[in-house]
Amino acid sequence: MENQLAGRGTLLRDRVFMWLLFLSLAIGVLTLAILLIYVTVKGWPRLDIRLFTNMPSVRDAENAGAQSAITGTIWVISFTALIALPTGVLAALHLEEFAKPGSRFQRFIEINIQNLAAVPSIVYGILGLAVFARALALGQSVITASLTLALLVLPVIIISTREALRAVPRNIRDGSLALGATEWQTAYRQTLPAAIPGIATGTILALSRAIGEAAPLLLLGAVSFITFNPDGVLSGYTTLPIQIFNWTKESREEFQVLAAATIVVLLLLLLAMNFVAIWIRNRTQKRW
Amino acid sequence: MNKDAEIAMHLDHSLSSRGAVIPLEVSNPVFTLDDVSIFYGDYEAIRNVTLPIGKNEITAFIGPSGCGKSTLLRSFNRMNDLILGSHLKGVVAYHGTDIYGPDVDPIEVRRKVGMVFQKPNVFPKSIYENVAYGPKVNGVKGNLDDVVEECLTRAALWGEVKDDLKKSAYALSGGQQQRLVIARCIAVKPEVILMDEPCASLDPIATAKIEDLMVELANDYTIVIVTHNMQQAARVSDRTAFFTAELDENEVRHGRLIEFGRTRELFSSPGDSRTEDYISGRFG
Repeated sequence: MENQLAGRGTLLRDRVFMWLLFLSLAIGVLTLAILLIYVTVKGWPRLDIRLFTNMPSVRDAENAGAQSAITGTIWVISFTALIALPTGVLAALHLEEFAKPGSRFQRFIEINIQNLAAVPSIVYGILGLAVFARALALGQSVITASLTLALLVLPVIIISTREALRAVPRNIRDGSLALGATEWQTAYRQTLPAAIPGIATGTILALSRAIGEAAPLLLLGAVSFITFNPDGVLSGYTTLPIQIFNWTKESREEFQVLAAATIVVLLLLLLAMNFVAIWIRNRTQKRW
Repeated sequence: MNKDAEIAMHLDHSLSSRGAVIPLEVSNPVFTLDDVSIFYGDYEAIRNVTLPIGKNEITAFIGPSGCGKSTLLRSFNRMNDLILGSHLKGVVAYHGTDIYGPDVDPIEVRRKVGMVFQKPNVFPKSIYENVAYGPKVNGVKGNLDDVVEECLTRAALWGEVKDDLKKSAYALSGGQQQRLVIARCIAVKPEVILMDEPCASLDPIATAKIEDLMVELANDYTIVIVTHNMQQAARVSDRTAFFTAELDENEVRHGRLIEFGRTRELFSSPGDSRTEDYISGRFG
């Protein structure tokens, strides 16, 4: 008896398409892998404790480290988070829970936020230079950098917070309101807590973008050598991307090695932040 | 439950001008609806409803999908306010006060008139916190252990969860979740409980438990229930309102109240042929 269920075999077209998909994936993954391996191999001789204990130098490559850049990055990114997180979350809460949907004002704000997310970071640098460094006379300080980077990540935080709030089911809000809760009680006791996982992941990803930014900080004047750790928000600073930039400008090979080692530190920091974001997301799976 | 005798019920069998068989009075109404129409934008979802809701009774709203019965239910605690573009004409009076009046705070209305939804909408919190939420947002301070125990007991859930109060409410089954929602609702001490198809997502055993609970709760609360299940209406309710969607002179569909009466009478001898067709399964 003839087998009526025999397939037609995998078509050539299907196989080509599958390989195309795989190739696209491979380009991304391989590039990252090669980059990681290259910098790790290159930076390996200097990937040691000196990087964390010593201050930068452009003369003494043997004893140069990146301590001030590491502490500077932590200072700058902490204040960026401190400024951008509450502002962004409250702005998103207003847009999502309190603003009249579809009003002209809301549409205007919405379009602006989406456009702001696409503005090149160098433009934020110009803004920071004009407003914070010059007009507010904050100069070349940690707070100038934090304020500028906060503006840079604010649209991303607002957009991801809105997504997270929108994912909270309508019937949770209805349940709360039907018990005689006010809209404000409903927002801060139900909607906001339920959205925290989404807000946390969005914020961490936004901050990991900020941590790797060099362009706006260069414009803010963070090019000078800093061989001390920040001791306050008005203190001078340097950050890892700036330090990497400075060393790659040097002609001596030892500094290229130093730069590669510092890149590894920066990449590890970024991977760690992304890992925390994934961990938060998995730990607090959607429960509805 | 208040039974028969002292409640004077006069059905207007002469059919009013609106074509609805409506009662003249219920002895002790909690709500009185007078010529209520509810709109979503320009669309009139339900038109010209006049209806009393008797105290400590279970009133069932039945009718085919799209007849506006859930819309009407949501007007009793102003939940329709939350839908953009909705508005109401006529008077929804709660003990004589128009709840859509200028001096009425919808939040106060919702404290007096609780609601249980179609899908159990427990909060992503512990069982304890679900019940304690209502008193907390209403400004009750201090230890709520007694309130939580009392409400869970009233909702026939205490025995099943007393050792798991700290567990997430999502760990409960659908039927348990719905009873938790009822416990959460009575923790605010409302006078009226609105139920919008509370058993729609439950299996028959869980449904039977909720029905028993409704009959039990009617001793202390006034219950209005929307249901697609006619047997359920017949089993638990004291009065039934039958709605249907009809085309008006402009060929636009509107929900209408067709008949309202004692459940037993409405099911055994409906006064309107449309009611008879619906309850005998000929349409809907």
